[in-house]
Amino acid sequence: MLSAEGLRHAFGGGRGEGGGGRIVALDDVTFTLEAGQTLAIFGPNGAGKTTLLKVLAGLIRPDAGRATVAGGRGAIGWIGHQSHLYGHLTVRENLLFWAALYNVPAATRAQRAADVMQRLGIAEHAERAVWALSRGLAQRAAIAKALIHEPRVLLLDEPFTGLDLAAVVLATHNVGEGVELATDVAFQRRGRFVQFAPRGGRGPAQIADEYRRALGEAGG
Amino acid sequence: MGDWLRQAWTVARKDLLLEFRTRTAIVSAVVFTALVLTVFNFGRDPTAVATIDLAPTILWVTFTFAAMLAMNRAFQLELENDALEGLLASPLSRTSLYWGKLLANLVFVAVVEVVGLPLFVLFFDVPVAPVLLPLIAVIALATVGFVAVGTLFSALVIRTRFAELLLVVILLPFLLPPLIGAVQVTARLLGGRPLSESAGWLRLLAAYDIAFVTLATLLFPFTVDE
Repeated sequence: MLSAEGLRHAFGGGRGEGGGGRIVALDDVTFTLEAGQTLAIFGPNGAGKTTLLKVLAGLIRPDAGRATVAGGRGAIGWIGHQSHLYGHLTVRENLLFWAALYNVPAATRAQRAADVMQRLGIAEHAERAVWALSRGLAQRAAIAKALIHEPRVLLLDEPFTGLDLAAVVLATHNVGEGVELATDVAFQRRGRFVQFAPRGGRGPAQIADEYRRALGEAGG
Repeated sequence: MGDWLRQAWTVARKDLLLEFRTRTAIVSAVVFTALVLTVFNFGRDPTAVATIDLAPTILWVTFTFAAMLAMNRAFQLELENDALEGLLASPLSRTSLYWGKLLANLVFVAVVEVVGLPLFVLFFDVPVAPVLLPLIAVIALATVGFVAVGTLFSALVIRTRFAELLLVVILLPFLLPPLIGAVQVTARLLGGRPLSESAGWLRLLAAYDIAFVTLATLLFPFTVDE
């Protein structure tokens, strides 16, 4: 689905070997992601996270190595540090513009825009100019822009920046998915929470064990 | 319509819609055109140089600088929220992006010229009516060349400091050939001479258009890719 092979990239100086004063952003980065996998990259500022995402998105040509995304640019949804939205267009106009660029059929663009705005809770702001939105709403509009073409691969660079979220509820059948981000974990079966507790220091493996045990005790 | 042209039109339509919403650049360019023509009108001595001799130069200098205002805004509006990054990450081809900007700039400059030409006639009282169609054709021919080069260079300088100043400095030398050609043809037309007398200059303008539209289309990706 997505692969990086020996990616190397540096900024500043010449491109040749031994270029003085170069800042190494990527140094032999190699990985493969299959469908259904989610990769979270943690690192301090300047670690090269954004550079990696830009290489994967085709925005930066690496000095060496190769990045491949099945389906190419059209398969990628990209949320960068900026919203990529035009301030003087409304949210709907922005979404229709990006839908056209991502080759969403003209007949379905309006419905697709309405659906994605509904999902992100910004439907009532559809006719407002982006410049008039709060930072949180603008970030939701940016996420809507990234989802408008139903991408197969999502690249999220600091996606929660500006989102005025008080809490996040993540529902999934995959125990490993997002566990590291959670402060609290609940197991639900047949409409009932069979366990609800702070995650503490437990990792995905421990949570998975508890999950199997809790559901077993609750009657399989 | 080819896919690349459809995408180019999507970009152009968005640029024009943005300009329609803000009207900042078009109003500035139209006011600039009116002011320059006014200054030239009052800042010349009609008894020293005949209006008919001076008018073509005034017309083209005015159009050239007004067109530069359009070029400046072409990519500046992509800096807001780094929309340019979004465009480059999308399936939009670089060729479509260039042609989209080119089309929007052509419309923009055409609007300025449509307003500027009657003002020019009003201020300088030149006999435009008998040669209106050939004059429009010459204006169109020269404008395509101006805008093709200007659109390329505006992408080149957009991420530099003092982009507006830099654009003028690097663009003007490239605009000299179509500027000279346009002035020569306009002078002959307003002087009542037949169009066939300007065939050489018209060929120069056409060749410039073909060469620079082609070159700019080919070189544009190198100006926007990191």
